[in-house]
Amino acid sequence: MAALEIHNVCKDFGSERVLKDVSISIDSGEFLILVGPSGCGKSTLMNAIAGLEPVTSGNIYIDGDDVTWRTPADRDIAMVFQSYALYPSMTVRQNISFGLEMRKVPKPEREAAVERVADLLQITHLLERKPSQLSGGQRQRVAMGRALAREPKVYLFDEPLSNLDAKLRVDMRTEIKKLHQRLGTTIVYVTHDQVEAMTLADCIAVMRDGQILQLGSPDEVYNNPVDMFVAGFMGSPSMNFISAMLERDGDGYAVRIATPDEEDLCLPWPAARVTEAMTEQLGQPVVLGLRPEHFSEEDERLTAQAEGTLMHTSVTVVEPTGADMLLRLPLGDQEVTARVGPKCAVSPGERLALRVDMARAILFNAETEKRLA
Amino acid sequence: MKNIATTRTGKAPRAATSGGLQAWLPRLVLAPSVAISLFFVYGFMLWTFILSLTSSRMLPSYDFVGFGQYARLMQNERWWVASTNLMIFGTLFVLICLVIGALLAMLLDQKIRQEGVLRTVYLYPMALSFIVTGVVWKWLLNPSLGIQAMVQSWGFESFRFDWIVDPDMAIYTLVIAAVWQASGFVMALFLAGLRGIDDSIVKAAQLDGASLPRIYWRVVMPCLRPVVFSAVMILAHIAIKSFDLVVALTGGGPGYATDLPATFMYAHAFNRSQIGLGSASAMLMLGGVLAILIPYLYSELRSRRHG
Amino acid sequence: MANVIRRQTLAARLSRAAVYSVLVLAALFYLLPLVVMLITSVKPLSEISAGTLLMLPQDPTLAPWTKAWGEACTGMRCEGVGGYFWNSFAIVIPAVLISTTIGALNGYALTKWRFKGAELVFALMLFGCFIPFQVVLLPMAQTLGWLGISSSRAGLILVHVVFGIAFTTLFFRNFYVGIPDELVAAAKLDGAGFFRIFWRILLPVSTPIIVVSVIWQFTQIWNDFLFGVAFSAHNTQPVTVALNNLVNTSTGVREYNVDMAAAMIAALPTLVVYVLAGKYFVRGLTAGSVKG
Repeated sequence: MAALEIHNVCKDFGSERVLKDVSISIDSGEFLILVGPSGCGKSTLMNAIAGLEPVTSGNIYIDGDDVTWRTPADRDIAMVFQSYALYPSMTVRQNISFGLEMRKVPKPEREAAVERVADLLQITHLLERKPSQLSGGQRQRVAMGRALAREPKVYLFDEPLSNLDAKLRVDMRTEIKKLHQRLGTTIVYVTHDQVEAMTLADCIAVMRDGQILQLGSPDEVYNNPVDMFVAGFMGSPSMNFISAMLERDGDGYAVRIATPDEEDLCLPWPAARVTEAMTEQLGQPVVLGLRPEHFSEEDERLTAQAEGTLMHTSVTVVEPTGADMLLRLPLGDQEVTARVGPKCAVSPGERLALRVDMARAILFNAETEKRLA
Repeated sequence: MKNIATTRTGKAPRAATSGGLQAWLPRLVLAPSVAISLFFVYGFMLWTFILSLTSSRMLPSYDFVGFGQYARLMQNERWWVASTNLMIFGTLFVLICLVIGALLAMLLDQKIRQEGVLRTVYLYPMALSFIVTGVVWKWLLNPSLGIQAMVQSWGFESFRFDWIVDPDMAIYTLVIAAVWQASGFVMALFLAGLRGIDDSIVKAAQLDGASLPRIYWRVVMPCLRPVVFSAVMILAHIAIKSFDLVVALTGGGPGYATDLPATFMYAHAFNRSQIGLGSASAMLMLGGVLAILIPYLYSELRSRRHG
Repeated sequence: MANVIRRQTLAARLSRAAVYSVLVLAALFYLLPLVVMLITSVKPLSEISAGTLLMLPQDPTLAPWTKAWGEACTGMRCEGVGGYFWNSFAIVIPAVLISTTIGALNGYALTKWRFKGAELVFALMLFGCFIPFQVVLLPMAQTLGWLGISSSRAGLILVHVVFGIAFTTLFFRNFYVGIPDELVAAAKLDGAGFFRIFWRILLPVSTPIIVVSVIWQFTQIWNDFLFGVAFSAHNTQPVTVALNNLVNTSTGVREYNVDMAAAMIAALPTLVVYVLAGKYFVRGLTAGSVKG
């Protein structure tokens, strides 16, 4: 049975519709991430699930019960807030047990729950402290502890890591993932960080302007984005979008990129990936989407097996990141980013041979920005 | 099963989201205050307005005479004295408080030792009742026993400071006492404003080679515009409401030389059995407050919307 | 840095001296009335007519204080201001407590349970801070009569509560606006209701604003004269009214020392509050008038 189901939910603020017919369904134990730029409606959707904001229309089911008009307290959910929202006047212990106390859980059970959660999150030594005496990471743990103590049906995480510094964020991300794997909880998690989305989610919902553009596994969303927005939003550095023309090339198709001062670059499109939608766009401008890792450095020893199309270009900027190397290079009339191995010996201004993996490239309609192939 | 649930609860009223009574509690809690405000503020304003249209004297009567009381007021010499006094008193009071307050705040902002003590001293009069202020200053300004007598005893035989018994000058004694009481408050406002200014702005100006007075005039003062605005609002408001100070310091005298609209209203409504006329003067006072308040609130709301 | 400061020019040092002299002179100006009031209140009458303002008392006496407290004439009665001093407390304490409680609940309901029209309600109530009270005096007198509490302490308490909640609501609203909404959201999810959230979450962090509100209301109501003189009888007068009557009672010799002692008595409670909690007093005065 679905742990959380959202049916055609709409939400208006005044005359502005901030959620437009949103529908999602996730199973028990699934980790759903709502991701999108700020103002896309993801936090509003979260508040609607929590019952903090009434919806304008549509229904929300938790564990099969229609909770659309129930109070937040009656929905059996817990939430971890971006600001943590720890009660400043209470100790960590009181913070964690407050929800149980409100639900009239007897004291011994409350104590046991606090011990269990504190143990799980390794905050036992902090139990008698006030929130103001904790570091950012500790507050984060307490906030999670408060949610975990109640063992609700659904957990909501509202950008829980955005107030932590980079190192701590990565650690906590791993910790959340471990907790999820261990406890099998159902989690809805809001973030604007696509790395968090990719690493944590079972299922990602990419939102924009109050709509869900794509709902799918991280792999689907990353490798098969439905449009240029999703493609550009997921992945860092983000996907390169290159204006081109779709042309016929013998029996198949090719993408022609007009290059100033040089001969146009013509990349043949793999025959296996030709779609219906492409044929309609023949002779029309299209956008070729290439992720940085779709480029690879030409290695002469491997030429025989190498796949993809060879291209020659000069490098403008070289950015070593340690693990690999990002190259900025002109392609057509714009500059693109390519990710190559860290050993690649190239300096700015030099010419370089690169292979483009057209088997993973994505083609978009230049006008509608929807995916063609 | 799910469909049944949908149709049954799907149409529940929005209020039910927060659970019936819970949704109404905030409104219930506010209701008495709103009722009080509607009755005691807005209702009473209307009531006073109605009274001002009647010929009420000793007791309220509802015998309407249109705007007759306002016409009488306009022909009443004492009202004109009171209004003129308010203009003089209000203007001087506001300006002098601003100048003193700003000056003291800027001087205090120079990393002064014992700043806390000085601040406390400047501000304490604000904790006093205007009645106490009036009683003390009446004593200080008493020509035969106060400051005049003291300075004369120091050898300056010709020194004169008898404004309080001089009908032409008595209004200025009100200004002195009121400035003494409120200028420290303006200082506190300015100081809070100064402390709220980003230090780096001043440092940047220093690096640009500006002198300290120039920094204050060109860089700091413009940042304090909202403070000046608020201070003017509050001071003007105090001036219009001034009643107790006049009662205690001059009693409106000599004669009615230091009457203000507030004392005029009280005297006519409560002592001279002229309820209609008193109400009309109260309505004009309200008009005066609104004339200051509405532009202020308007600009506040506008800036908030833009900010 | 220290070197730079030490190498001050003569001009800089002179200007520094000028700054201090202006500040000290100003302090003397503000202190003078208080000092004179205090000196005069312990001088015998003979020294007052013979000497001048700032002359220290040769023969200090507390007689003016005891007379001001228990015997001086305020109008027709000669019982001093002592009784009125307690009257003021009997009016101020309930009025402060009630108006602060209502203001706290109002501020909480307005900010943490926002509903349609909450802003309008607030604006409506805020206006009560600004009206000249002359405009409500006559209707108030009649209403108190109808309620059967004219000239009573209860009536004065009612008046002060009614016109005080605009201020207390303003204080608490501005304070609670700064408390993150997530706290309330978290408590709602935890299952707490309206009053429980107020009592357990908001109130424990409200101490500063409660102090501000109590001090503000205390000084306002203690120092009130207009309502006191308009709505009290001889036995329910607050001390400000009694002081004014005492000073203006013209029977026999003017006893300036008694006047000053009575003024000191009327001023003491607010002065004590100011000295003990000046920080909060300033915060109350500046609440809402300085942005941020």
